[in-house]
Amino acid sequence: MYEGVVQNLIDELGLLPGVGPKSAQRIAFHLLSADPADVKRLAHALLEVKEKVRFCRVCGNVAAEEECRICRDQRRDPHVICVVEESKDVVAIEKTREFRGRYHVLGGAISPIDGVGPDDLRVRELMARLADGEVTELILATDPNLEGEATATYLARLVKPMGLKVTRLASGLPVGGDLEYADEVTLGRAFEGRRLLDV
Amino acid sequence: MFTAHLSLTDFRSYPTAELALEPGVTAFVGPNGQGKTNLVEAIGYVASHASHRVATDAPLVRHGAPRAVIRAVIERDQRRALVELEINPGKANRARVNRAPVSRARDALGVLRTVLFAPEDLALSKGDPSERRKFMDDLLVARHPRFAGVRADYDRALKQRNALLRTASQARRRSPRRQMDDAAFASAGAGDVLSTLEVWDAHLVRHGAELLAARLDLVENLRPLVAKAYAELAPGSVPAQIDYRWFSTDEADLGTDRAELAVRLGQALAEARAQEIERGVTLVGPHRDDLLLRLGELPARGYASHGESWSFALALRLAAYDLLRSEGGDPVLILDDVFAELDAQRRRRLAEIVAPAEQVLITAAVAEDVPRELSGARFDVTEGSVTHVG
Repeated sequence: MYEGVVQNLIDELGLLPGVGPKSAQRIAFHLLSADPADVKRLAHALLEVKEKVRFCRVCGNVAAEEECRICRDQRRDPHVICVVEESKDVVAIEKTREFRGRYHVLGGAISPIDGVGPDDLRVRELMARLADGEVTELILATDPNLEGEATATYLARLVKPMGLKVTRLASGLPVGGDLEYADEVTLGRAFEGRRLLDV
Repeated sequence: MFTAHLSLTDFRSYPTAELALEPGVTAFVGPNGQGKTNLVEAIGYVASHASHRVATDAPLVRHGAPRAVIRAVIERDQRRALVELEINPGKANRARVNRAPVSRARDALGVLRTVLFAPEDLALSKGDPSERRKFMDDLLVARHPRFAGVRADYDRALKQRNALLRTASQARRRSPRRQMDDAAFASAGAGDVLSTLEVWDAHLVRHGAELLAARLDLVENLRPLVAKAYAELAPGSVPAQIDYRWFSTDEADLGTDRAELAVRLGQALAEARAQEIERGVTLVGPHRDDLLLRLGELPARGYASHGESWSFALALRLAAYDLLRSEGGDPVLILDDVFAELDAQRRRRLAEIVAPAEQVLITAAVAEDVPRELSGARFDVTEGSVTHVG
Protein backbone atom coordinates (compact mmCIF):
# COMPACT_ATOMS: atom_id res chain seq x y z
CA MET A 1 0.00 0.00 0.00
CA TYR A 2 1.15 3.50 -0.83
CA GLU A 3 0.50 6.85 0.84
CA GLY A 4 -3.16 7.92 0.71
CA VAL A 5 -3.37 9.97 -2.50
CA VAL A 6 -1.20 7.65 -4.56
CA GLN A 7 -3.19 4.62 -3.47
CA ASN A 8 -6.43 6.47 -4.26
CA LEU A 9 -5.21 7.06 -7.79
CA ILE A 10 -4.17 3.41 -8.20
CA ASP A 11 -7.54 2.24 -6.91
CA GLU A 12 -9.42 4.54 -9.27
CA LEU A 13 -7.35 3.50 -12.27
CA GLY A 14 -7.82 -0.14 -11.34
CA LEU A 15 -11.57 0.24 -11.80
CA LEU A 16 -11.12 0.96 -15.52
CA PRO A 17 -11.84 -1.88 -17.94
CA GLY A 18 -8.77 -3.87 -18.94
CA VAL A 19 -6.60 -2.33 -16.21
CA GLY A 20 -5.41 -4.67 -13.50
CA PRO A 21 -3.60 -3.72 -10.27
CA LYS A 22 -0.14 -3.86 -11.88
CA SER A 23 -1.12 -1.70 -14.84
CA ALA A 24 -2.88 0.73 -12.51
CA GLN A 25 0.31 1.07 -10.50
CA ARG A 26 2.38 1.63 -13.62
CA ILE A 27 0.03 4.30 -14.95
CA ALA A 28 -0.06 6.01 -11.55
CA PHE A 29 3.73 6.26 -11.37
CA HIS A 30 3.91 7.40 -14.95
CA LEU A 31 1.53 10.24 -14.08
CA LEU A 32 3.56 11.11 -10.97
CA SER A 33 6.70 11.60 -13.01
CA ALA A 34 4.95 13.26 -15.97
CA ASP A 35 4.99 16.95 -16.79
CA PRO A 36 2.26 18.75 -14.76
CA ALA A 37 0.89 20.36 -17.94
CA ASP A 38 0.38 16.96 -19.54
CA VAL A 39 -1.47 15.67 -16.50
CA LYS A 40 -3.65 18.80 -16.43
CA ARG A 41 -4.57 18.24 -20.06
CA LEU A 42 -5.56 14.64 -19.29
CA ALA A 43 -7.63 15.70 -16.27
CA HIS A 44 -9.29 18.38 -18.35
CA ALA A 45 -10.10 15.92 -21.13
CA LEU A 46 -11.64 13.56 -18.58
CA LEU A 47 -13.84 16.25 -17.10
CA GLU A 48 -14.75 17.67 -20.47
CA VAL A 49 -15.90 14.35 -21.81
CA LYS A 50 -18.37 13.98 -18.95
CA GLU A 51 -19.57 17.57 -19.23
CA LYS A 52 -19.84 18.02 -22.96
CA VAL A 53 -20.55 14.66 -24.50
CA ARG A 54 -24.15 13.78 -24.73
CA PHE A 55 -26.10 11.01 -26.31
CA CYS A 56 -27.83 11.67 -29.60
CA ARG A 57 -31.52 12.38 -29.13
CA VAL A 58 -32.35 10.22 -32.16
CA CYS A 59 -30.02 7.25 -32.23
CA GLY A 60 -28.32 7.17 -28.83
CA ASN A 61 -24.82 7.45 -30.25
CA VAL A 62 -22.32 9.68 -28.44
CA ALA A 63 -22.67 13.23 -29.73
CA ALA A 64 -21.26 16.68 -29.06
CA GLU A 65 -24.61 18.28 -29.74
CA GLU A 66 -28.28 17.45 -29.52
CA GLU A 67 -27.98 15.11 -32.48
CA CYS A 68 -24.95 13.17 -33.60
CA ARG A 69 -22.99 13.82 -36.76
CA ILE A 70 -24.56 10.89 -38.59
CA CYS A 71 -28.14 11.79 -37.75
CA ARG A 72 -27.54 15.37 -38.89
CA ASP A 73 -26.04 14.24 -42.19
CA GLN A 74 -28.77 14.66 -44.82
CA ARG A 75 -26.92 12.44 -47.28
CA ARG A 76 -27.41 9.35 -45.13
CA ASP A 77 -30.16 6.99 -46.23
CA PRO A 78 -33.13 7.42 -43.86
CA HIS A 79 -34.75 4.17 -45.02
CA VAL A 80 -32.23 1.83 -43.43
CA ILE A 81 -31.40 1.58 -39.71
CA CYS A 82 -28.55 -0.50 -38.38
CA VAL A 83 -29.05 -1.56 -34.75
CA VAL A 84 -25.90 -1.95 -32.65
CA GLU A 85 -25.19 -2.50 -28.96
CA GLU A 86 -22.65 0.26 -28.28
CA SER A 87 -21.34 3.48 -29.76
CA LYS A 88 -18.03 1.80 -30.46
CA ASP A 89 -19.82 -0.57 -32.80
CA VAL A 90 -20.90 2.46 -34.84
CA VAL A 91 -17.26 3.44 -35.22
CA ALA A 92 -16.35 -0.09 -36.30
CA ILE A 93 -19.04 -0.16 -38.97
CA GLU A 94 -18.28 3.40 -40.13
CA LYS A 95 -14.70 2.34 -40.81
CA THR A 96 -15.93 -0.13 -43.42
CA ARG A 97 -17.57 2.73 -45.41
CA GLU A 98 -20.03 0.10 -46.62
CA PHE A 99 -23.06 1.39 -44.83
CA ARG A 100 -24.77 4.67 -45.75
CA GLY A 101 -27.89 4.37 -43.61
CA ARG A 102 -28.55 5.47 -40.02
CA TYR A 103 -27.82 3.82 -36.72
CA HIS A 104 -29.60 3.00 -33.53
CA VAL A 105 -27.52 2.36 -30.40
CA LEU A 106 -29.28 0.13 -27.88
CA GLY A 107 -26.84 0.66 -25.04
CA GLY A 108 -26.25 -3.04 -24.41
CA ALA A 109 -27.88 -6.40 -24.92
CA ILE A 110 -30.61 -8.32 -23.14
CA SER A 111 -29.04 -10.21 -20.24
CA PRO A 112 -31.28 -11.28 -17.34
CA ILE A 113 -28.24 -12.25 -15.26
CA ASP A 114 -27.15 -8.61 -15.28
CA GLY A 115 -30.72 -7.49 -14.84
CA VAL A 116 -30.87 -5.98 -18.32
CA GLY A 117 -34.22 -6.35 -20.07
CA PRO A 118 -35.68 -4.61 -23.14
CA ASP A 119 -36.89 -1.72 -20.95
CA ASP A 120 -33.31 -0.96 -19.99
CA LEU A 121 -32.28 -0.66 -23.62
CA ARG A 122 -33.32 1.99 -26.13
CA VAL A 123 -35.96 -0.29 -27.63
CA ARG A 124 -38.89 2.06 -27.12
CA GLU A 125 -36.99 4.80 -28.94
CA LEU A 126 -36.33 2.41 -31.81
CA MET A 127 -40.01 1.54 -32.09
CA ALA A 128 -40.84 5.25 -32.17
CA ARG A 129 -38.43 5.75 -35.05
CA LEU A 130 -40.02 2.91 -36.99
CA ALA A 131 -43.59 4.10 -36.40
CA ASP A 132 -43.85 6.58 -39.29
CA GLY A 133 -43.08 3.95 -41.92
CA GLU A 134 -40.17 5.76 -43.52
CA VAL A 135 -37.73 3.02 -42.52
CA THR A 136 -37.94 -0.02 -44.80
CA GLU A 137 -35.01 -2.11 -43.61
CA LEU A 138 -33.68 -2.91 -40.16
CA ILE A 139 -30.20 -4.41 -39.94
CA LEU A 140 -29.53 -6.21 -36.66
CA ALA A 141 -25.83 -5.88 -35.92
CA THR A 142 -25.70 -6.97 -32.28
CA ASP A 143 -22.72 -9.06 -31.15
CA PRO A 144 -22.61 -12.67 -32.35
CA ASN A 145 -22.72 -14.08 -28.80
CA LEU A 146 -25.65 -15.56 -26.91
CA GLU A 147 -26.89 -12.23 -25.51
CA GLY A 148 -26.49 -10.45 -28.85
CA GLU A 149 -28.33 -13.22 -30.67
CA ALA A 150 -31.12 -13.14 -28.09
CA THR A 151 -31.45 -9.37 -28.49
CA ALA A 152 -31.61 -9.75 -32.27
CA THR A 153 -34.27 -12.46 -32.00
CA TYR A 154 -36.28 -10.29 -29.63
CA LEU A 155 -36.19 -7.27 -31.92
CA ALA A 156 -36.99 -9.34 -35.00
CA ARG A 157 -40.10 -10.72 -33.27
CA LEU A 158 -41.09 -7.30 -32.03
CA VAL A 159 -41.01 -5.58 -35.43
CA LYS A 160 -42.41 -8.51 -37.39
CA PRO A 161 -45.99 -7.11 -37.49
CA MET A 162 -44.63 -3.91 -39.09
CA GLY A 163 -43.73 -5.84 -42.21
CA LEU A 164 -40.35 -4.28 -42.82
CA LYS A 165 -37.29 -6.10 -44.05
CA VAL A 166 -35.22 -7.38 -41.13
CA THR A 167 -31.70 -8.66 -41.75
CA ARG A 168 -28.97 -10.00 -39.50
CA LEU A 169 -25.27 -9.55 -40.16
CA ALA A 170 -23.72 -12.73 -41.51
CA SER A 171 -21.38 -14.64 -39.27
CA GLY A 172 -18.79 -16.89 -40.73
CA LEU A 173 -15.32 -17.12 -42.06
CA PRO A 174 -12.75 -14.38 -41.71
CA VAL A 175 -11.62 -12.85 -44.98
CA GLY A 176 -8.14 -13.83 -46.12
CA GLY A 177 -8.02 -16.82 -43.79
CA ASP A 178 -7.67 -20.51 -44.37
CA LEU A 179 -10.70 -22.74 -44.08
CA GLU A 180 -8.74 -25.34 -42.12
CA TYR A 181 -7.99 -22.86 -39.33
CA ALA A 182 -11.60 -21.91 -38.70
CA ASP A 183 -13.04 -23.34 -35.50
CA GLU A 184 -15.95 -25.73 -35.88
CA VAL A 185 -18.61 -23.40 -34.51
CA THR A 186 -17.68 -20.63 -36.93
CA LEU A 187 -17.43 -23.05 -39.82
CA GLY A 188 -20.80 -24.54 -38.87
CA ARG A 189 -22.35 -21.07 -38.88
CA ALA A 190 -20.80 -20.32 -42.22
CA PHE A 191 -22.48 -23.44 -43.61
CA GLU A 192 -25.85 -22.40 -42.20
CA GLY A 193 -25.51 -18.95 -43.72
CA ARG A 194 -24.19 -20.01 -47.13
CA ARG A 195 -25.63 -18.21 -50.13
CA LEU A 196 -26.24 -18.75 -53.81
CA LEU A 197 -23.33 -17.78 -55.98
CA ASP A 198 -24.48 -15.62 -58.87
CA VAL A 199 -22.45 -16.19 -62.02
CA MET B 1 -1.36 -42.35 -27.81
CA PHE B 2 0.73 -41.93 -24.71
CA THR B 3 2.14 -39.19 -22.51
CA ALA B 4 5.88 -39.06 -23.10
CA HIS B 5 6.74 -36.22 -20.76
CA LEU B 6 5.04 -34.28 -18.00
CA SER B 7 6.32 -31.06 -16.53
CA LEU B 8 4.60 -29.13 -13.74
CA THR B 9 5.12 -25.66 -12.32
CA ASP B 10 3.25 -24.64 -9.16
CA PHE B 11 0.66 -27.33 -9.71
CA ARG B 12 -0.88 -28.56 -6.45
CA SER B 13 1.95 -29.59 -4.09
CA TYR B 14 4.65 -29.35 -6.77
CA PRO B 15 6.78 -26.20 -7.19
CA THR B 16 8.27 -28.05 -10.16
CA ALA B 17 8.26 -31.62 -11.40
CA GLU B 18 9.73 -33.29 -14.47
CA LEU B 19 8.68 -36.76 -15.47
CA ALA B 20 9.69 -38.89 -18.47
CA LEU B 21 7.07 -41.55 -19.18
CA GLU B 22 6.96 -44.65 -21.35
CA PRO B 23 4.15 -46.54 -23.06
CA GLY B 24 2.83 -49.53 -21.14
CA VAL B 25 2.14 -49.62 -17.42
CA THR B 26 3.54 -47.04 -15.02
CA ALA B 27 2.73 -47.13 -11.31
CA PHE B 28 3.12 -44.22 -8.89
CA VAL B 29 3.52 -45.64 -5.42
CA GLY B 30 3.72 -43.83 -2.12
CA PRO B 31 1.85 -43.18 1.14
CA ASN B 32 -1.25 -41.00 1.13
CA GLY B 33 -0.88 -37.25 0.85
CA GLN B 34 2.49 -37.35 -0.92
CA GLY B 35 1.31 -36.17 -4.34
CA LYS B 36 0.64 -39.28 -6.45
CA THR B 37 -2.80 -38.27 -7.51
CA ASN B 38 -1.63 -34.74 -8.31
CA LEU B 39 0.49 -36.19 -11.11
CA VAL B 40 -2.29 -38.09 -12.82
CA GLU B 41 -4.72 -35.26 -12.11
CA ALA B 42 -2.47 -32.98 -14.18
CA ILE B 43 -2.53 -35.43 -17.08
CA GLY B 44 -6.30 -35.70 -16.80
CA TYR B 45 -6.50 -31.90 -16.82
CA VAL B 46 -4.64 -31.72 -20.13
CA ALA B 47 -7.31 -33.97 -21.67
CA SER B 48 -10.45 -32.43 -20.20
CA HIS B 49 -9.46 -28.99 -18.81
CA ALA B 50 -11.06 -30.00 -15.54
CA SER B 51 -9.98 -31.89 -12.47
CA HIS B 52 -11.63 -35.15 -11.47
CA ARG B 53 -11.36 -34.11 -7.81
CA VAL B 54 -12.48 -30.50 -7.59
CA ALA B 55 -14.98 -28.37 -9.47
CA THR B 56 -12.95 -25.16 -9.48
CA ASP B 57 -9.38 -24.46 -10.55
CA ALA B 58 -8.20 -22.56 -7.48
CA PRO B 59 -7.05 -25.64 -5.49
CA LEU B 60 -4.91 -26.73 -8.44
CA VAL B 61 -2.54 -23.81 -8.03
CA ARG B 62 0.14 -24.22 -5.38
CA HIS B 63 -0.64 -22.13 -2.33
CA GLY B 64 0.74 -18.62 -2.78
CA ALA B 65 1.53 -18.98 -6.50
CA PRO B 66 -0.37 -16.86 -9.03
CA ARG B 67 -0.82 -19.59 -11.62
CA ALA B 68 0.01 -23.19 -12.42
CA VAL B 69 1.53 -24.49 -15.63
CA ILE B 70 1.21 -28.01 -17.04
CA ARG B 71 3.32 -29.07 -20.00
CA ALA B 72 2.77 -32.46 -21.56
CA VAL B 73 4.35 -34.12 -24.58
CA ILE B 74 1.84 -36.43 -26.21
CA GLU B 75 3.02 -38.99 -28.73
CA ARG B 76 0.61 -40.45 -31.23
CA ASP B 77 1.57 -42.49 -34.29
CA GLN B 78 5.21 -41.46 -33.81
CA ARG B 79 4.27 -37.80 -33.90
CA ARG B 80 4.85 -35.63 -30.86
CA ALA B 81 2.72 -32.71 -29.75
CA LEU B 82 3.53 -30.37 -26.89
CA VAL B 83 0.53 -29.03 -24.99
CA GLU B 84 1.07 -26.20 -22.51
CA LEU B 85 -1.69 -25.06 -20.21
CA GLU B 86 -1.58 -22.10 -17.90
CA ILE B 87 -4.21 -22.32 -15.18
CA ASN B 88 -5.32 -18.88 -14.01
CA PRO B 89 -7.98 -19.26 -11.31
CA GLY B 90 -10.81 -16.80 -11.82
CA LYS B 91 -9.54 -15.90 -15.27
CA ALA B 92 -9.42 -17.64 -18.61
CA ASN B 93 -6.81 -20.34 -18.95
CA ARG B 94 -4.23 -19.97 -21.69
CA ALA B 95 -3.00 -22.74 -23.90
CA ARG B 96 -0.32 -23.40 -26.48
CA VAL B 97 -0.02 -26.34 -28.82
CA ASN B 98 3.46 -26.93 -30.23
CA ARG B 99 4.50 -23.49 -28.99
CA ALA B 100 1.74 -21.76 -30.94
CA PRO B 101 -0.87 -19.99 -28.80
CA VAL B 102 -4.48 -20.97 -29.46
CA SER B 103 -7.13 -18.27 -29.25
CA ARG B 104 -9.21 -20.12 -26.68
CA ALA B 105 -7.93 -22.75 -24.27
CA ARG B 106 -10.61 -25.15 -25.39
CA ASP B 107 -9.05 -25.29 -28.85
CA ALA B 108 -6.29 -27.33 -27.19
CA LEU B 109 -8.76 -30.07 -26.23
CA GLY B 110 -8.52 -33.27 -28.21
CA VAL B 111 -4.72 -33.55 -28.40
CA LEU B 112 -4.74 -35.96 -25.45
CA ARG B 113 -7.60 -38.25 -24.60
CA THR B 114 -7.80 -40.02 -21.26
CA VAL B 115 -10.18 -42.28 -19.42
CA LEU B 116 -9.79 -41.87 -15.69
CA PHE B 117 -10.91 -44.29 -13.00
CA ALA B 118 -11.03 -42.95 -9.46
CA PRO B 119 -12.69 -43.79 -6.13
CA GLU B 120 -15.08 -40.91 -6.85
CA ASP B 121 -16.50 -43.01 -9.72
CA LEU B 122 -18.72 -44.85 -7.29
CA ALA B 123 -20.92 -41.77 -7.52
CA LEU B 124 -21.65 -42.71 -11.14
CA SER B 125 -23.89 -45.50 -9.94
CA LYS B 126 -24.79 -44.29 -6.45
CA GLY B 127 -24.79 -40.51 -6.82
CA ASP B 128 -27.13 -37.85 -8.18
CA PRO B 129 -28.13 -37.63 -11.86
CA SER B 130 -25.69 -34.70 -12.21
CA GLU B 131 -22.79 -37.19 -11.92
CA ARG B 132 -24.07 -39.20 -14.84
CA ARG B 133 -24.83 -36.09 -16.92
CA LYS B 134 -21.26 -34.99 -16.36
CA PHE B 135 -20.04 -38.45 -17.40
CA MET B 136 -21.99 -38.20 -20.65
CA ASP B 137 -20.98 -34.63 -21.42
CA ASP B 138 -17.30 -35.17 -20.63
CA LEU B 139 -17.31 -38.15 -22.96
CA LEU B 140 -19.04 -36.10 -25.66
CA VAL B 141 -16.30 -33.50 -25.44
CA ALA B 142 -13.60 -36.18 -25.57
CA ARG B 143 -15.21 -37.60 -28.71
CA HIS B 144 -15.91 -34.27 -30.37
CA PRO B 145 -14.20 -31.26 -28.74
CA ARG B 146 -16.78 -29.02 -30.42
CA PHE B 147 -19.24 -30.03 -27.70
CA ALA B 148 -17.31 -28.04 -25.14
CA GLY B 149 -18.82 -25.04 -26.94
CA VAL B 150 -22.33 -26.50 -27.20
CA ARG B 151 -22.29 -27.34 -23.50
CA ALA B 152 -21.08 -23.86 -22.56
CA ASP B 153 -23.73 -22.21 -24.77
CA TYR B 154 -26.48 -24.33 -23.27
CA ASP B 155 -25.35 -23.56 -19.71
CA ARG B 156 -25.22 -19.86 -20.50
CA ALA B 157 -28.70 -19.84 -22.07
CA LEU B 158 -29.97 -21.79 -19.07
CA LYS B 159 -28.46 -19.33 -16.59
CA GLN B 160 -29.95 -16.37 -18.45
CA ARG B 161 -33.35 -18.02 -18.64
CA ASN B 162 -33.29 -18.97 -14.95
CA ALA B 163 -32.37 -15.40 -14.01
CA LEU B 164 -35.38 -14.20 -16.00
CA LEU B 165 -37.72 -16.75 -14.46
CA ARG B 166 -36.52 -15.79 -11.00
CA THR B 167 -37.35 -12.16 -11.70
CA ALA B 168 -40.78 -13.17 -12.99
CA SER B 169 -41.40 -15.37 -10.00
CA GLN B 170 -40.46 -12.62 -7.56
CA ALA B 171 -42.62 -10.10 -9.40
CA ARG B 172 -45.53 -12.49 -9.16
CA ARG B 173 -44.99 -13.12 -5.49
CA ARG B 174 -44.91 -9.43 -4.71
CA SER B 175 -48.25 -8.89 -6.38
CA PRO B 176 -51.29 -8.99 -4.10
CA ARG B 177 -52.97 -11.90 -5.83
CA ARG B 178 -50.63 -14.79 -6.39
CA GLN B 179 -52.67 -16.56 -9.02
CA MET B 180 -52.87 -13.97 -11.77
CA ASP B 181 -53.50 -14.87 -15.37
CA ASP B 182 -50.91 -13.83 -17.93
CA ALA B 183 -52.80 -10.73 -19.01
CA ALA B 184 -53.04 -9.39 -15.49
CA PHE B 185 -49.44 -10.37 -14.94
CA ALA B 186 -48.34 -8.47 -18.05
CA SER B 187 -50.23 -5.35 -17.06
CA ALA B 188 -48.61 -5.50 -13.64
CA GLY B 189 -45.39 -4.43 -15.31
CA ALA B 190 -43.75 -7.82 -15.76
CA GLY B 191 -44.82 -8.21 -19.37
CA ASP B 192 -41.24 -7.42 -20.21
CA VAL B 193 -40.25 -10.69 -18.64
CA LEU B 194 -42.71 -12.79 -20.59
CA SER B 195 -41.90 -11.17 -23.90
CA THR B 196 -38.21 -12.02 -23.59
CA LEU B 197 -38.87 -15.48 -22.17
CA GLU B 198 -39.84 -16.69 -25.64
CA VAL B 199 -36.53 -15.47 -26.97
CA TRP B 200 -34.60 -17.44 -24.36
CA ASP B 201 -36.83 -20.44 -25.02
CA ALA B 202 -35.71 -20.36 -28.64
CA HIS B 203 -32.03 -20.29 -27.72
CA LEU B 204 -32.38 -22.89 -24.98
CA VAL B 205 -34.20 -25.19 -27.39
CA ARG B 206 -31.62 -24.72 -30.10
CA HIS B 207 -28.59 -25.59 -27.96
CA GLY B 208 -30.57 -28.08 -25.87
CA ALA B 209 -31.65 -30.07 -28.91
CA GLU B 210 -28.07 -30.29 -30.10
CA LEU B 211 -26.90 -31.54 -26.71
CA LEU B 212 -29.82 -33.95 -26.46
CA ALA B 213 -29.21 -35.40 -29.92
CA ALA B 214 -25.55 -35.95 -29.13
CA ARG B 215 -26.30 -37.61 -25.78
CA LEU B 216 -28.89 -39.93 -27.28
CA ASP B 217 -26.45 -40.96 -29.97
CA LEU B 218 -23.78 -41.50 -27.33
CA VAL B 219 -26.01 -43.73 -25.20
CA GLU B 220 -26.93 -45.78 -28.29
CA ASN B 221 -23.22 -46.38 -28.90
CA LEU B 222 -22.40 -47.09 -25.26
CA ARG B 223 -25.23 -49.50 -24.53
CA PRO B 224 -23.65 -52.71 -25.96
CA LEU B 225 -20.20 -51.72 -24.64
CA VAL B 226 -21.45 -51.26 -21.07
CA ALA B 227 -23.27 -54.62 -21.18
CA LYS B 228 -20.11 -56.30 -22.46
CA ALA B 229 -17.80 -54.67 -19.89
CA TYR B 230 -20.14 -55.50 -17.02
CA ALA B 231 -20.34 -59.13 -18.13
CA GLU B 232 -16.55 -59.30 -18.18
CA LEU B 233 -16.19 -57.78 -14.73
CA ALA B 234 -18.90 -59.86 -13.14
CA PRO B 235 -19.34 -63.07 -15.14
CA GLY B 236 -22.64 -64.84 -14.65
CA SER B 237 -24.41 -61.74 -13.37
CA VAL B 238 -27.73 -60.39 -14.64
CA PRO B 239 -27.24 -58.14 -17.69
CA ALA B 240 -26.46 -54.47 -17.18
CA GLN B 241 -28.37 -51.96 -19.24
CA ILE B 242 -28.31 -48.21 -19.71
CA ASP B 243 -31.06 -45.93 -21.03
CA TYR B 244 -31.36 -42.22 -21.45
CA ARG B 245 -34.11 -40.80 -19.33
CA TRP B 246 -35.46 -37.46 -20.40
CA PHE B 247 -38.30 -35.15 -19.55
CA SER B 248 -41.10 -36.44 -21.70
CA THR B 249 -41.39 -40.21 -21.48
CA ASP B 250 -39.33 -43.00 -20.05
CA GLU B 251 -39.28 -45.53 -22.83
CA ALA B 252 -40.28 -43.63 -25.96
CA ASP B 253 -38.19 -44.48 -28.95
CA LEU B 254 -36.29 -41.29 -29.46
CA GLY B 255 -34.88 -40.35 -32.80
CA THR B 256 -31.72 -38.31 -32.82
CA ASP B 257 -33.07 -35.85 -35.35
CA ARG B 258 -32.24 -32.41 -34.02
CA ALA B 259 -35.18 -30.61 -35.61
CA GLU B 260 -37.65 -33.10 -34.17
CA LEU B 261 -36.03 -32.99 -30.74
CA ALA B 262 -36.18 -29.20 -30.84
CA VAL B 263 -39.93 -29.33 -31.47
CA ARG B 264 -40.48 -31.73 -28.58
CA LEU B 265 -38.29 -29.73 -26.23
CA GLY B 266 -40.16 -26.58 -27.23
CA GLN B 267 -43.50 -28.25 -26.49
CA ALA B 268 -42.29 -29.51 -23.13
CA LEU B 269 -41.16 -25.99 -22.21
CA ALA B 270 -44.53 -24.58 -23.23
CA GLU B 271 -46.32 -27.13 -21.04
CA ALA B 272 -44.11 -26.41 -18.05
CA ARG B 273 -44.30 -22.64 -18.41
CA ALA B 274 -46.84 -21.84 -15.71
CA GLN B 275 -45.02 -24.02 -13.22
CA GLU B 276 -41.66 -22.57 -14.23
CA ILE B 277 -42.83 -19.02 -13.59
CA GLU B 278 -44.29 -20.10 -10.27
CA ARG B 279 -41.03 -21.70 -9.16
CA GLY B 280 -38.61 -19.42 -10.95
CA VAL B 281 -36.45 -22.09 -12.53
CA THR B 282 -36.19 -24.04 -15.81
CA LEU B 283 -37.82 -27.42 -15.24
CA VAL B 284 -37.26 -29.26 -18.52
CA GLY B 285 -34.20 -29.76 -20.66
CA PRO B 286 -30.97 -31.76 -20.81
CA HIS B 287 -29.90 -30.31 -17.44
CA ARG B 288 -32.64 -32.36 -15.77
CA ASP B 289 -32.09 -35.63 -17.63
CA ASP B 290 -30.42 -38.76 -16.37
CA LEU B 291 -28.71 -41.92 -17.50
CA LEU B 292 -30.73 -44.79 -16.09
CA LEU B 293 -28.65 -47.79 -14.99
CA ARG B 294 -30.36 -51.13 -14.59
CA LEU B 295 -29.32 -54.62 -13.54
CA GLY B 296 -31.85 -56.97 -15.06
CA GLU B 297 -35.17 -55.26 -14.36
CA LEU B 298 -34.12 -53.28 -11.31
CA PRO B 299 -32.56 -49.83 -11.25
CA ALA B 300 -28.97 -49.97 -10.01
CA ARG B 301 -29.45 -46.96 -7.79
CA GLY B 302 -30.95 -48.12 -4.53
CA TYR B 303 -31.02 -51.82 -5.46
CA ALA B 304 -27.44 -52.73 -6.39
CA SER B 305 -25.00 -53.93 -3.74
CA HIS B 306 -21.80 -52.05 -3.06
CA GLY B 307 -19.82 -54.47 -5.24
CA GLU B 308 -22.37 -54.27 -8.06
CA SER B 309 -22.32 -50.48 -7.90
CA TRP B 310 -18.55 -50.58 -8.28
CA SER B 311 -18.77 -52.96 -11.22
CA PHE B 312 -21.30 -50.69 -12.91
CA ALA B 313 -19.14 -47.61 -12.44
CA LEU B 314 -16.12 -49.47 -13.83
CA ALA B 315 -18.20 -50.81 -16.73
CA LEU B 316 -19.19 -47.25 -17.67
CA ARG B 317 -15.55 -46.15 -17.71
CA LEU B 318 -14.44 -49.23 -19.64
CA ALA B 319 -17.21 -48.65 -22.17
CA ALA B 320 -16.05 -45.06 -22.57
CA TYR B 321 -12.54 -46.36 -23.17
CA ASP B 322 -13.78 -48.86 -25.77
CA LEU B 323 -15.79 -46.18 -27.54
CA LEU B 324 -12.92 -43.70 -27.73
CA ARG B 325 -10.53 -46.44 -28.85
CA SER B 326 -12.85 -47.54 -31.64
CA GLU B 327 -12.92 -43.99 -32.97
CA GLY B 328 -9.19 -43.66 -33.36
CA GLY B 329 -6.33 -43.16 -30.94
CA ASP B 330 -5.96 -45.39 -27.89
CA PRO B 331 -6.77 -43.08 -24.95
CA VAL B 332 -4.45 -43.01 -21.95
CA LEU B 333 -5.92 -45.01 -19.07
CA ILE B 334 -5.54 -43.57 -15.60
CA LEU B 335 -6.37 -45.71 -12.59
CA ASP B 336 -6.26 -43.45 -9.56
CA ASP B 337 -6.27 -45.50 -6.34
CA VAL B 338 -9.00 -47.84 -7.55
CA PHE B 339 -7.50 -51.26 -6.87
CA ALA B 340 -7.61 -50.77 -3.12
CA GLU B 341 -11.39 -50.34 -3.43
CA LEU B 342 -12.04 -53.60 -5.25
CA ASP B 343 -12.27 -57.22 -4.15
CA ALA B 344 -9.73 -59.72 -5.50
CA GLN B 345 -11.88 -60.94 -8.37
CA ARG B 346 -12.80 -57.48 -9.74
CA ARG B 347 -9.25 -56.37 -9.25
CA ARG B 348 -7.89 -59.20 -11.40
CA ARG B 349 -10.61 -58.77 -14.04
CA LEU B 350 -9.99 -55.07 -14.35
CA ALA B 351 -6.23 -55.66 -14.59
CA GLU B 352 -6.72 -58.17 -17.40
CA ILE B 353 -8.99 -55.84 -19.34
CA VAL B 354 -6.76 -52.76 -19.13
CA ALA B 355 -3.36 -54.48 -19.48
CA PRO B 356 -3.23 -54.32 -23.31
CA ALA B 357 -3.84 -50.53 -23.40
CA GLU B 358 -1.12 -48.39 -24.94
CA GLN B 359 -0.49 -46.51 -21.70
CA VAL B 360 -1.81 -47.22 -18.23
CA LEU B 361 -0.98 -44.91 -15.31
CA ILE B 362 -1.71 -46.24 -11.86
CA THR B 363 -1.50 -44.69 -8.40
CA ALA B 364 -1.42 -46.89 -5.31
CA ALA B 365 -0.52 -46.42 -1.65
CA VAL B 366 1.42 -49.69 -1.49
CA ALA B 367 2.98 -51.72 -4.30
CA GLU B 368 0.91 -54.79 -3.31
CA ASP B 369 -2.25 -52.97 -4.41
CA VAL B 370 -1.09 -53.11 -8.03
CA PRO B 371 -2.14 -56.45 -9.54
CA ARG B 372 0.62 -58.68 -10.88
CA GLU B 373 -0.89 -58.53 -14.39
CA LEU B 374 0.08 -54.89 -14.51
CA SER B 375 3.82 -54.93 -14.10
CA GLY B 376 5.84 -52.11 -15.58
CA ALA B 377 7.73 -48.95 -14.67
CA ARG B 378 7.47 -47.69 -11.12
CA PHE B 379 7.93 -44.28 -9.51
CA ASP B 380 8.11 -43.73 -5.78
CA VAL B 381 6.39 -40.59 -4.61
CA THR B 382 7.38 -39.25 -1.20
CA GLU B 383 6.94 -35.70 0.06
CA GLY B 384 6.56 -34.31 -3.41
CA SER B 385 9.66 -35.88 -4.88
CA VAL B 386 9.22 -38.41 -7.66
CA THR B 387 11.88 -41.07 -8.16
CA HIS B 388 12.10 -43.63 -10.89
CA VAL B 389 12.79 -46.99 -9.24
CA GLY B 390 12.44 -49.36 -12.18
